[in-house]
Amino acid sequence: MKSNRLGHWLAILIGTLYFVVPLAATFEFSLRKLRGIYSFEAYRVVLADPQFQSSFTFSVGLAVVTIVFGMAIIVPMAYFVELRLRKLRPLVEFVTLLPLVVPAIVIVFGYLRLYNSSSFLPLTNSTLSTNFLLTCGYVTLALPYMYRSVDTGLRAIDVRTLTEAAESLGASSATIIWRIILPNIRSAMLSGAFLTFAIVIGEFTFASLLNRPAFGPYLQLIGANRAYEPAALACMAFMITWACMGIIQVVSRNAVAARP
Amino acid sequence: MASNASSASLPRLRVPWAVVGVTPFMVFALLFLILPTLFLVVGAFQDNEGGFTLANLGKLWTPTILASYWISIKVSVASAVIGAAIGAFIAYAAVSGGLPRWIRPTIMTFSGVASQFAGVPLAFAFLATLGRQGLVTLFLSSLFGVNIYAKGFNLLSFWGLTLTYLYFQIPLMVLIVTPAIEGLRKEWREAATILGASNWQYWRHIAGPVLLPSFLGAALLLFANAFGAIATAYALTGSSLNIVTILLYAQIRGDVLHDQNLGYAIAFGMIVITGLSNLCYILLRVRSERWLK
Amino acid sequence: MSFIEISHLKKSFGPNTVVHDFSLSIEKGEFVSFLGPSGCGKTTILRMIAGFENATSGSLHVGGVEMTNLPPAKRNVGMVFQAYALFPNLTVAGNIGFGLKIAGKERGEIDARVAEMLELIKLPDLGDRYPYQLSGGQQQRVALARALAIKPQVLLLDEPLSALDAKIRVSLREEIRSLQRELGITTVFVTHDQEEALSISDRIVVMNQGRADQIGTPSEIYNNPATRFVASFVGTLNLFEARVVDPATGRVSIDGQPVLTARDISTYGIADEATVALRPEALSLGGGDGDRNALTGTVEEVSFLGAVIRVRVRLREARVSLDIFNDPALDLPKIGKPATVSFKKDDLLIIDRH
Ligand SMILES: Nc1ncnc2c1ncn2[C@@H]1O[C@H](COP(=O)(O)OP(=O)(O)O)[C@@H](O)[C@H]1O
Ligand SMILES: [Mg+2]
Repeated sequence: MKSNRLGHWLAILIGTLYFVVPLAATFEFSLRKLRGIYSFEAYRVVLADPQFQSSFTFSVGLAVVTIVFGMAIIVPMAYFVELRLRKLRPLVEFVTLLPLVVPAIVIVFGYLRLYNSSSFLPLTNSTLSTNFLLTCGYVTLALPYMYRSVDTGLRAIDVRTLTEAAESLGASSATIIWRIILPNIRSAMLSGAFLTFAIVIGEFTFASLLNRPAFGPYLQLIGANRAYEPAALACMAFMITWACMGIIQVVSRNAVAARP
Repeated sequence: MASNASSASLPRLRVPWAVVGVTPFMVFALLFLILPTLFLVVGAFQDNEGGFTLANLGKLWTPTILASYWISIKVSVASAVIGAAIGAFIAYAAVSGGLPRWIRPTIMTFSGVASQFAGVPLAFAFLATLGRQGLVTLFLSSLFGVNIYAKGFNLLSFWGLTLTYLYFQIPLMVLIVTPAIEGLRKEWREAATILGASNWQYWRHIAGPVLLPSFLGAALLLFANAFGAIATAYALTGSSLNIVTILLYAQIRGDVLHDQNLGYAIAFGMIVITGLSNLCYILLRVRSERWLK
Repeated sequence: MSFIEISHLKKSFGPNTVVHDFSLSIEKGEFVSFLGPSGCGKTTILRMIAGFENATSGSLHVGGVEMTNLPPAKRNVGMVFQAYALFPNLTVAGNIGFGLKIAGKERGEIDARVAEMLELIKLPDLGDRYPYQLSGGQQQRVALARALAIKPQVLLLDEPLSALDAKIRVSLREEIRSLQRELGITTVFVTHDQEEALSISDRIVVMNQGRADQIGTPSEIYNNPATRFVASFVGTLNLFEARVVDPATGRVSIDGQPVLTARDISTYGIADEATVALRPEALSLGGGDGDRNALTGTVEEVSFLGAVIRVRVRLREARVSLDIFNDPALDLPKIGKPATVSFKKDDLLIIDRH
């Protein structure tokens, strides 16, 4: 028993080292910009870079639009599948798993061929429509995560009874979704939203191949041309991911606590 | 009866809300997921005039392309196998008793973060750690006089990329396999013990076989995860390590090959590989869930 | 010395002592039940017999051999768990043969023993099924066969029927009992269900907060509960605080009404308090003639339970419940009407003797 426990501690310790050392190293590296002393100079340079500001704002905006658009099509679908169209569930499960099967680069390749300027739906013609295409790509990427969290939320509440109770009081379908279902799956939706945010904010493949000035391609560009700024950016990216996951934890814990 | 009569006498257009609610999603999935994929799959079997051909797939059998598939598979297999083994052990250590209570949730939260910490920033982090000027590199050379680069290590290589991928593969494994390990019931061990089994016999005959489908399934998912990845490798190595995603990226950019149907064939090959590994994952998961019910 | 000899067993988890000074002798072939509410320490004692928990102090002998600190694998006992605990990756036959395989028995011998066990549990054709393909009752029978296949010297069952539904619970418990008789195996059975314990045991140990309150045959436990706890846990007794009027003649007063008991209360003094009990089936409505005791009050509630009708009568302060057989010709007692309740003086139990 004793030696067993020692092995467990050792596993956890080595695992922790493996994950903490790169973070510490990155942070240390990011402070080395000025010769001989530690400083936050690299952060200052990055934050002052107008391209950083514009690409970061662009990606944040894109993430928000992706979340809203994704939820707008996923929530009603998941609700009606749970309520009336159980037969469709296997199909929906399959479709929402596809983005894990088809690599992102393959999907965007398909977009470029299918929606190029000479196609039946030339989405890459204008900046606005390309942004729309990029958003659709991100919704696709986030589909498995968004659907799963919404579905988990819906299964945790009794959709059928809630709906029948509301219908017996004369509520319409739209009212039921908006006033009854949404408030009840809010924390599940928030989890999906923040996971989506973490995925979209640094995404590289879609943005790069669709030529949009997002944060991911900017990171890559800086990485190819600068020494210390990338480390500073990596630290910030890690903080963002950490914040998103932390919020998910808090949100889902509150949801569990709030359940009677 | 009464309601039947009244709805008959008051013919009112019933909006099929369920259909209205599901349609946008279906249209979206068709336009932005299924059609683009199908387009490539079909394109892989077409020549420039649109006729059926296997020539594109045949052209995959050139040394450059085969080599890039091969290095992708090698990195994915290595990072999946090592990641699965280490991840399973950490999950087991965290779940099975003996450690303080706070360890488990801490590890799960951290795994959630680390499994999503991929892409370009991860490459930066490893450059800062194990690059030529990285902290660990400098540390090893100044403290032990070991210059790992002189000894043949290179971050921009197969092992370098594998080591980097492990940063998200191990936590992903922890996340996927923890529920399966938690599904091992304490009574199974006790029942085996009281029937005379040693700890090793319990693992050999019961716990090992019970966990195997989940373990293999998770390893396959890790494989597919690594196989489709590009951003980390691209930011880390540029084009110096020619994995298949980077090859396809370059092809799409129009840098090489100049043959779009060959591009479709490369994409098709990737779908086949990730598709197969996901299919096996699902089959294995169904099996293990049936057991652990 | 008895076959199983448990003496002064004590178990503490940190500061909490959950089993206090527990002693028990079990004869070879005996069927003993531990009965008590959840959390009273039944499982802990069973697990000490199995070797999963080490006793804090005290000793355990089986067949004259000291076992207190032997590892479970060396004890040759069989155990059946509440939630089946079949190995999900092995077939029914694989599960039953597991212990023999571990013991290094030959293939032919294992197969023969497995077939014999399958016959015994009346599932001869299910050897190739997997546990998830069986019903709960079938799984528990397989678990029983798995425990018995190694010919253990003791069989331990920890609430083996609790996870099953009512009908199967009754039929399986009868099956367990007849199997046990057939094999003559010494058995310890844990349950929190008094009916279960009463119906299948040779002896019952009624447990209360880590102590054995009473050890006895089912009829001793039911007819002569030693403590107030046993009385209230076993059966639905009517308990009263009575006052002793005349210890010599057995006269006491319940709720201010004088009655007689056939039990010996000569150790009590006049005006002492005594806890007395009446079983619902020992009471009848009306009467009071001859040597039957009578209590008067008003009918407070009548509930129809099928074969019997339970009537609750309010005396002055106390209440008393009684069961009468359902007879269609009978008029049901009316709520609010005065009623007389009568019983034989043999049926008035005295509990908490000094
Ligand atoms: N491993 C343990 N650690 C701490 N307390 C325990 C442990 N096992 C049992 N207990 C405590 O011992 C008491 C008796 O438990 P148990 O023997 O399982 O009761 P029963 O089987 O009669 O329901 C309970 O209060 C329980 O909380
Ligand atoms: Mg118990």
